Amino acid sequence: MHERRADKHEFSEQGRPFHTRPHSMRLVDGSVPSRTSNLNAVNFNIKGNETMSKYYAALFAMTVSVLALSPAHADTSSKKIAFSNNYAGNTWRQAMLASWNDVTPKAVADGIVAAADVFTTAENQATEQAAQIQNLVLQGYDAIVVNAASPTALNGAIKEACDAGVVVVTFDGIATEPCAWRVTVDFKEIGYRQVKFLNDLHPEGGNLLEVRGLPGTSIDSQYHDGILAGVKDFPKFKVVSEVQGDWSPTVAQKAVASVLPSLPDIVGVVTQGEVGFGTAEAFKAAGRPIPTVFFGNSQAELAWWKENIDKNGYKSLSGSIPPGMSSMAFWVAQQILDGKKDIPKDLTVPFLAIDAAGLDAALASTPEGGVANINYTQDIAIEAIAAASKQ
Amino acid sequence: MMPNLMTPRALRSLLPAISFTVLLIGIFYVQPRAMSFMGLNLMLNLALPIALATIAQMFIITMNDIDLSLGGFVSFTACIGATLLGESPVLGVLALLACIGVYALLGALIHVRNLPSIVVTLGMSFVWLGAAILVLPTPGGQAPDWLRAIVSVKTPFVPFVIVASAIIAVGVHLFLMRSSTGVILRGAGGNPQAVARAGWSLFRAKVTLYALAGFFGVLSGLTLVGLTTSADANIALRYTLLSIAGVILGGGEFVGGRVSPIGAVLGALTLTLASSLLSFLRISGDWQIGAQGAILILVLALRTLVNRMERRK
Repeated sequence: MHERRADKHEFSEQGRPFHTRPHSMRLVDGSVPSRTSNLNAVNFNIKGNETMSKYYAALFAMTVSVLALSPAHADTSSKKIAFSNNYAGNTWRQAMLASWNDVTPKAVADGIVAAADVFTTAENQATEQAAQIQNLVLQGYDAIVVNAASPTALNGAIKEACDAGVVVVTFDGIATEPCAWRVTVDFKEIGYRQVKFLNDLHPEGGNLLEVRGLPGTSIDSQYHDGILAGVKDFPKFKVVSEVQGDWSPTVAQKAVASVLPSLPDIVGVVTQGEVGFGTAEAFKAAGRPIPTVFFGNSQAELAWWKENIDKNGYKSLSGSIPPGMSSMAFWVAQQILDGKKDIPKDLTVPFLAIDAAGLDAALASTPEGGVANINYTQDIAIEAIAAASKQ
Repeated sequence: MMPNLMTPRALRSLLPAISFTVLLIGIFYVQPRAMSFMGLNLMLNLALPIALATIAQMFIITMNDIDLSLGGFVSFTACIGATLLGESPVLGVLALLACIGVYALLGALIHVRNLPSIVVTLGMSFVWLGAAILVLPTPGGQAPDWLRAIVSVKTPFVPFVIVASAIIAVGVHLFLMRSSTGVILRGAGGNPQAVARAGWSLFRAKVTLYALAGFFGVLSGLTLVGLTTSADANIALRYTLLSIAGVILGGGEFVGGRVSPIGAVLGALTLTLASSLLSFLRISGDWQIGAQGAILILVLALRTLVNRMERRK
């Protein structure tokens, strides 16, 4: 979907100044999963095989059928993973590629996999990416991680890859083809948690404004469903108006500004994407008190939040899908190659949430104009897979 | 009698085949795995809708016009293929026939009002895209099973895509280059005054060519959706430029009447192979478009060279 938003920008933002870096990471944010304590909980024995890897590689061809049958982990040191990416033209995507480049070279150097190469299509077109996936199959990659240009138009190519024995893992821009794995975050949970947070902050309830995303996308409807579920559980809150923000701060600012005069008092603005800063600015410009606005992990939002905490103790939450999801998808692909075929096809991993306590740390690690990010390790991936398998 | 292969004319018509073969050899050298039934199939099966779109574009270029709406049109027919055609086949077929009808009407409009085709089709590209979004607001839909079965037929020895491309190329060649109707159609683009003075209707020629373009555009959309199994309103937008490049690469020229169906199909396959080769060579996507352009310029430069040889004689 990030790429869809980008498309939208290409049309809607031409000629506009670059003031609020709209191209950056629209969707992202979330709470940092506090997983540091568990980092060593599950440790696979792959790294120890380095010296033996050549020997194993030779042996591998002969024993492949045996390994495929056994639930134990296979050696993935001879396996090649490709990343088929449809778009790289905004900061979220750049951060996504940076995460891949942070995590995978070390995995290659450690002999966990043989290769982890990135292939980005130039035109962000589904037919182009479908051809790219078919070429990657021909090049002999064992797994392909895909951020898809279309949830459906790649299904034919992905099916052919699966039929050729290639593992396909999609994330962010997922594909609906049943043979592929989908790594995603629980957008519904982000929406629900916003309403729940408001309930703790304003037990008396009140009116809400909802800033929605890009219409017609599954992510927009997931956020919306979460907010509806929240309002159902906490009926003292009522959504009095919905505007379309397209996950873009500038679009959201305009949309909110245009409905504000007609709105009663608002206690909270439930949002999706990095629209919090633009929304708050719209309230400020209208001379109205700024309600609790939720954020989407962009640096501009976090900086604004920090400023207002210092000024008046502003309370809010920030959360979104981290660009580092690419590293999660990489590890999931590696785990599947490792012989774990029973991994659920739909894998929901924790979103990246930032609360007031974690704000300083998040702000320190987020580049200006960028988006808060987290790189996933193999252990986190194994843990997330184990958690998903239990459900 | 064996025709002399060294004459400029023969060289020019052989150029598409030569560039195709050179690319294919390059690919086999870089990636020997491609030299198999599965390899050829994987590399080329998405070229079939491009080849059909290229033929559609070729009919328009025959008339010395250009179609900037082809990508949108193919997307739209793909969306119909993924929705209406499966849900109610009769309505779906009617809608596709209506699409061809609209193309014929466009030809009529352009002829009667003497409008520039580039403007009309540019406008239509937005109409088709809008219509595609109306038919399929969010990506999805499902290609009918029979359509998927047709495009994934496993022919013996040679992949289906090559068999189908050969049939299309030879079939259109026989029609456009060998039949008397074909001669009139090409003449209407190459020398309209002469054709009109000889008593043939330019109006009918134009409407026929546009209807044929619409027909092959529909075929392109249907094969595409059969291959991808479901559609997206933006699925084929890049076909507009690919199809023009394919026609030119295949020996067509922007002067009307000078086209080659076999060359056009080879041109479409060459463009597809070019992107495969570049990706096998690990050239990053950012450079691939430029590199594809370079291949196009190289082939055109060779052709100019051949033309100059011809003039010297």
